[in-house]
Amino acid sequence: MGPHHPSTHGVFRMDVKLDGETVVDLKPVFGYLHRNHEKLAEDMSYLASMPFTDRLDYFNSMTNNWAYALAAEQLVEIEVPERAEYLRVIMAELTRLVNHVSLVGFFVNDLGALGTPLLYAFREREKILDLFEQASGARMMCNYFRFGGLRCDVPEGWLDRAREVTDRFPKFLDEYEQLLCENEIILSRTQGIGKLSRELAISAGITGPMLRASGVAYDLRKVDKYGIYDRFKFRVPYGEEGDCYDRFMVRMLEMRESIQILKQALADIPEGDIMGKAPRVFKPKPAEVYGRIEGPKGELGFYLIADGTPKPYRYRVRPPSLINLTVLRDMCLGQKIADAVVILGSIDIVLGEVDR
Amino acid sequence: MVTLRNFVGSYFDSNRLTTNDYSWKPKDQLPQSAGEYPKEEGEQLSDTTTVTNYSRNFPMLLHDGGDDPMDTIRCVACQICERECPPQCIYIEKAYDENGKYIKSPAKFDIDVSVCMSCQICVEVCPFDAIVMNSQFELSTPDRFGGLLLRRDDLLKSNDYYHQIHPEEAAARDQKMADEKAAKEAKKKAAAEAAKKKAEEKAKAEAEAKALEEAGEKGKEEDSGKEEAS
Repeated sequence: MGPHHPSTHGVFRMDVKLDGETVVDLKPVFGYLHRNHEKLAEDMSYLASMPFTDRLDYFNSMTNNWAYALAAEQLVEIEVPERAEYLRVIMAELTRLVNHVSLVGFFVNDLGALGTPLLYAFREREKILDLFEQASGARMMCNYFRFGGLRCDVPEGWLDRAREVTDRFPKFLDEYEQLLCENEIILSRTQGIGKLSRELAISAGITGPMLRASGVAYDLRKVDKYGIYDRFKFRVPYGEEGDCYDRFMVRMLEMRESIQILKQALADIPEGDIMGKAPRVFKPKPAEVYGRIEGPKGELGFYLIADGTPKPYRYRVRPPSLINLTVLRDMCLGQKIADAVVILGSIDIVLGEVDR
Repeated sequence: MVTLRNFVGSYFDSNRLTTNDYSWKPKDQLPQSAGEYPKEEGEQLSDTTTVTNYSRNFPMLLHDGGDDPMDTIRCVACQICERECPPQCIYIEKAYDENGKYIKSPAKFDIDVSVCMSCQICVEVCPFDAIVMNSQFELSTPDRFGGLLLRRDDLLKSNDYYHQIHPEEAAARDQKMADEKAAKEAKKKAAAEAAKKKAEEKAKAEAEAKALEEAGEKGKEEDSGKEEAS
């Protein structure tokens, strides 16, 4: 299958061996979108890699920025001001909403519900992207985070608009759940399909909603408490079966929790600076750091080795999409060929991040 | 049921529409609908309208007005943006006068907008506030190589134009520049005063030293006189 867009996630090819309609063997083939991101970053200053991180997972540029900023901030130990921390959380949770809502849309698109649910999802996504554009100047390639804070403060009235969007979102979710969660076709196409066992998920290094759907309540926002996540009250939803339906529902429930975090953050956000005392020339001492966050797709990490020059000696991304994709074969074996597309959709990959 | 509600609702509730929600925008900033555009031949939507105050497309070079924009161009061809540009789409050549002296302006300033990724790093690193983001988006051309390579004169835009497209940002930038200038002048003044003071002190010290020397000479003379006497 492929190489084209088998399910609106990017250019991806599956080598599938079939017995009738049953999948006997499967090999994912990727690399069509390779852009040499890591090697390029070794030849430019630390700041200049920031816009390239937007293009890793092009749905979630804000969280990509955050992971990279978090890693680089460890190199020079910059204190991030309070307001910037709050704005970072707000942006990250809005990004999670954008990612999950479009994932659910794509997922039901893979199931054959062409158009309608996806367009409802995109309508809500567009409202959040409008917020991003007002704050950073771009809808998707935001390039908004900086080492030690954010590039600029949000414009006047932005927080009110964000509150408005946040308040309106649960209403949409209610409607969306009514439309999808108990739909008979979705239930029969997803329940019991593409099971991922708890043991395999842990040993394969799966993270994010996929791991939680397999029954492991592991969320870096709770484990690492990076940023100021320890101040917010939220729950970590997790599944039992580890099938496609659980993966779909975990994301639906996570959106509710994101809204909880957003409400708390938007209520408490203080006034103040948005940029910490960053050195004028970013030239860290030799060190090795690893910064990771709970991205909407899983653990997104940046591993940097500094050698005392303004350029990183080694720059490595731990992409959740790629690592979550490694269990595709195990999940697809014995399933029907039509289900392989659904399983691929439920992993939530973006090929920009898989291939880098 | 939900689909029906969305369909019917889309006639009454703007939140049910897939299009952008412009309700928070002032009326005069609303984009014109596609049917009415272009009203006249050659009209550019992006000349008068910005999508948002912070929208960015490709960089432009600022000058402070005047008949010849090159007289007031802010860029001094320091080449910091050329070095920092992540996709390496800027090419700068310094300008020299007939004596071969560097005259602090660019002879060439090319941006290949087919490579530019609108990241705004050049704006951030520029110490002279000379390069900012334009919001003009209608740049389509049948010539994919020459037409997408913007030359210095294509990029030159006046500060007034900048105020027109990004009023808040432009005002903040002008304020910052004014502050910096004031700070610089204050520093200069302080430095001048310090120099004056130093000069005074030096003169004083010299005078004292001279006086001391004279006294010393006198003493010597006296000594020599004594010697002679003895």
